[in-house]
Amino acid sequence: MADSVWGPIPASAAPAARVRSRHAALVRVTHWITALCFLALLVTGVEILISHPRFYWGEAGNVLTPPLFKLPIPASRATVPTGYGYVLPDQNGWSRYLHFQAAWVAVLTGLIYVIFGLFTGHFRRNLLPARADLSWRALSSVLGQHLRFRPAAGAGAWSYNALQRLAYLWVIFVLFPLVIWTGLAMSPGIVSAFPAVVTILGGQQSARTIHFFVSLFLLIFVLVHIAMICLTGFRSRMRAIITGRATAHKEHR
Amino acid sequence: MSTFSRRKLIATGLAVAGGASGLAVAAKLAGRYGLIPPDGGGLYGPGETLTYAAQRILTRHSLAREFSRSQMSKIPFANEVAPLGEAFKRLEDGGFADWRLAVDGMVARPGAFSIAEIKRFSWSSQITHLACEEGWSYIAEWIGVPLSLVLDAAGTLPQARYVIYRSFQSGWWESIDMADALHPQTLVTFGMNGGELPVKFGGPLRLRLPRQLGYKSVKYITRLTVTDTLKPFGKGLGSAASEGGYAWYAGI
Repeated sequence: MADSVWGPIPASAAPAARVRSRHAALVRVTHWITALCFLALLVTGVEILISHPRFYWGEAGNVLTPPLFKLPIPASRATVPTGYGYVLPDQNGWSRYLHFQAAWVAVLTGLIYVIFGLFTGHFRRNLLPARADLSWRALSSVLGQHLRFRPAAGAGAWSYNALQRLAYLWVIFVLFPLVIWTGLAMSPGIVSAFPAVVTILGGQQSARTIHFFVSLFLLIFVLVHIAMICLTGFRSRMRAIITGRATAHKEHR
Repeated sequence: MSTFSRRKLIATGLAVAGGASGLAVAAKLAGRYGLIPPDGGGLYGPGETLTYAAQRILTRHSLAREFSRSQMSKIPFANEVAPLGEAFKRLEDGGFADWRLAVDGMVARPGAFSIAEIKRFSWSSQITHLACEEGWSYIAEWIGVPLSLVLDAAGTLPQARYVIYRSFQSGWWESIDMADALHPQTLVTFGMNGGELPVKFGGPLRLRLPRQLGYKSVKYITRLTVTDTLKPFGKGLGSAASEGGYAWYAGI
């Protein structure tokens, strides 16, 4: 376990009290750009969503079609029956502009990050779990620590445990690609050139519904991510992702 | 330590300078090939320009998906429209015999078409998806004549770059570039689901563009203006929608 926790840096080369780089500069910059984009996408996504808080499956759906489910919230358009006697203010114009602009920045940033990660071995070194850590015993022990809100002292200070690695890989290689794909599947322009983008998902309304759930999973990830940072030492984690510096000792718990 | 950070500084400086000049060249090229939308300035201009430019490169000739009759929505949903007023009512009472679609601007033969004259062009029909920016959608059959035939009849001049279309509803106007104007699925629509186009769906005439969101498919069109620039029209943003804060290009 200790070996994988210390990961790429040989213990001998890691003087305990010395300050050294925890995250590469590119990881830090792309992290914060992505964080800003996520915030923008979340706020504008919610704003776009409330203009029609109903979800459908298949190609088409509207207020005359039975929904798959609807959110018990008021809407920003009067044509949607919500059961509420009022209509929320509509902010779709700038929300849509910002949603797509933030999506562009997030996608381009993500591309740079993935290319960097592949070429520098960042994924292999820092995110791919060691085979030994993937056994049920190892995983359940880490999971147990997390569920008892007692992650191993210094977890993430220098290297990620298997659970963290799997969570990050899942977000980077499953949730992000899915949210981009389902987003593109709602674009009438894109699907005219690449119809399979939407037909594989079962239709434009199915894409919208999946987009909602993937966004929800991303939001849950971000909330857990922030909670873990607070639990394992907010100041040192923030220092590491902003300046790149972290101290191996002095774990503030 | 100091040499290292100096090297880093120089590298960063070079990267920033390279990136900036790359962007400048890209912007110049985009302008030259008509890849900058009329609302490409301002805070959200970069995102809009990327979307429009990417789609003009990838989707210039692509066709919107067409569906089978069995996939048509049982009851299509007509969005709310503001009251159309007395003048519209009089035209409707007269069976829209006095409805005219004027064509002006950069055309050799400006003029106006009645609905009967529009129907004399060869018809085209499509079963396509209409998606509203709000999130809902329906699939319906649209019957009309390709806008390109109407433009050809008026004789579009070679310098034409955009077609502006105005609604009977005052203050409601939109525009598209020539790639969309000449696209075979861009229809001057007078029929829907095997019958006349109902008023609540935009009858007697609606411009239908299946590759863009519903708000570009303007209802009750009365006038087409062919132009090489959108600057002199309204605030120069190309449509009432973009003046109201919505993207001019709605292919997303």
